[in-house]
Amino acid sequence: MPVVTQSEGMSRRELLSRSGVVATAVATVPLIGADALAEEAPGEVGVRMTVNGTVTPLTVDPRETLLDVLRERLRLTGTKKGCDRGQCGACTVHVDGERVVSCLTLVATLGGARVTTIEGLADGDRLHPLQQAFIDHDGFQCGFCTPGQIMSAAAVIEDGRARTDDQIREQMSGNICRCSAYPGIVAAVQQARKEMR
Amino acid sequence: MREFQFARPGSVAEAVREADPGTAFLAGGTTLVDLMKLEVMTPGRVLDINRLPLRAIEATGEGLEIGSLVRMRDVATHTLVRRDYPVVAQALEASASGQLRTMASIGGNLLQRTRCGYFRDVSVPCNKRRPGSGCPAVGGENRMHAVLGTSDSCVATHPSDLAVALVALDATVRLRSRTGERTISLRDLYLLPGDTPHREHDLQPGELITAVVLPRLPWASHSIYVKVRDRQSYEFALASAAVAVRRERDTIVEARVAVGGMGTRPWRLAAVEAALAGRPATEASYEAASARALDGVRPLRHNAFKPELMRRTLVRALLELERTR
Repeated sequence: MPVVTQSEGMSRRELLSRSGVVATAVATVPLIGADALAEEAPGEVGVRMTVNGTVTPLTVDPRETLLDVLRERLRLTGTKKGCDRGQCGACTVHVDGERVVSCLTLVATLGGARVTTIEGLADGDRLHPLQQAFIDHDGFQCGFCTPGQIMSAAAVIEDGRARTDDQIREQMSGNICRCSAYPGIVAAVQQARKEMR
Repeated sequence: MREFQFARPGSVAEAVREADPGTAFLAGGTTLVDLMKLEVMTPGRVLDINRLPLRAIEATGEGLEIGSLVRMRDVATHTLVRRDYPVVAQALEASASGQLRTMASIGGNLLQRTRCGYFRDVSVPCNKRRPGSGCPAVGGENRMHAVLGTSDSCVATHPSDLAVALVALDATVRLRSRTGERTISLRDLYLLPGDTPHREHDLQPGELITAVVLPRLPWASHSIYVKVRDRQSYEFALASAAVAVRRERDTIVEARVAVGGMGTRPWRLAAVEAALAGRPATEASYEAASARALDGVRPLRHNAFKPELMRRTLVRALLELERTR
């Protein structure tokens, strides 16, 4: 079973370039399921998820969070580790189109899931409307919370229920900005909301 | 995080058969993964139940049955919940953050653990975490702690907003274990701390919540959830009130009242309900009835403000509810 382990130290580039090839070969990778329960081996779990459109087979320790796997194994370091306790929102990514905090998501649960990170948002060199809007409106200072803000905002806009500034503030309250760039963030979401409709 | 075995049962029957006292069910993970990182929870085995078929919301003769794995966000946005039980939708929308509401299941929400800082810190004693070790909150930092249902062993507040709304509605929970199924009132699911604060729920080892049932209550469409907190969003309650009122013209016929942020479990206020019944729907009635919320409160050093805050929160909820008519 072609799997990528931590010890191989594979870079994101190598992984991404290879995984397109292995995708078909691993079509039968067993997801842990009913049969696995009977002969439950302690230790690793095989998971195949799609990350930014690339099928990514992994063998993980069940304790590994999506955040750590993205950053440390797939080298997708755009997703940031703030509190690591689900409180700050810096690690927000999309799983199957829904925004989640990746620090409280165990990769072992993500068999078959579609993960999108900040790296998967732009269309080649063309920025996503939210990325451009954050630049246009100074929606950040230090930028550490920004990938999480943008991923969260993308889901808020997709959801379609936040229209007023107050509604946007409420829906975005799970993303803390210690530089307090909130007015710029709200303005950026408003601009992108109109462009993305 | 401590090591654990991971498995994904294929059915509810398999999940409860495989669960033993050292097993944790994993749904949204927003409580469990957090507390495993802190080593407050150290299950030897984690069963990922997310693929189990407990994701439906169905109107039945009894009321509205919500599968325990339905996410908080999906309950809050459901048409029937919003129309028939606004107090539930509002309690959910006032909870946590958008990300956490997307992740967390309603079964998990009901079983979330207290936010008491001493409970979450394994370097200090806690009777809930290590029975008999003592309670630093009684004489320590206790501004956020409970004033109702406390004991000398534990003063930790129950954190769920949803549970407050559900207790007001007399919701029940369906439970499944290896010995069978049962349905109990949500109120009875939660235990008072007494001398055994580590026993929080009337659940057998390995017993799983499979559904929450909102009973038919036509006048629950006239209900509200008001939450007062240190900041306007993404914060636990200092005080909250779930209120439903049945009126005939200007008279209150019946009321349901429960409060959050106050008790060691979600707290129903029968005395306030009785004081409202038969009274004219006026601010004076609300003020008089809300005074009964103070029966039996035991404030601590840092939270003497809570009883009065609870009383005012109740009055505000009753007044705001009137405006939604």
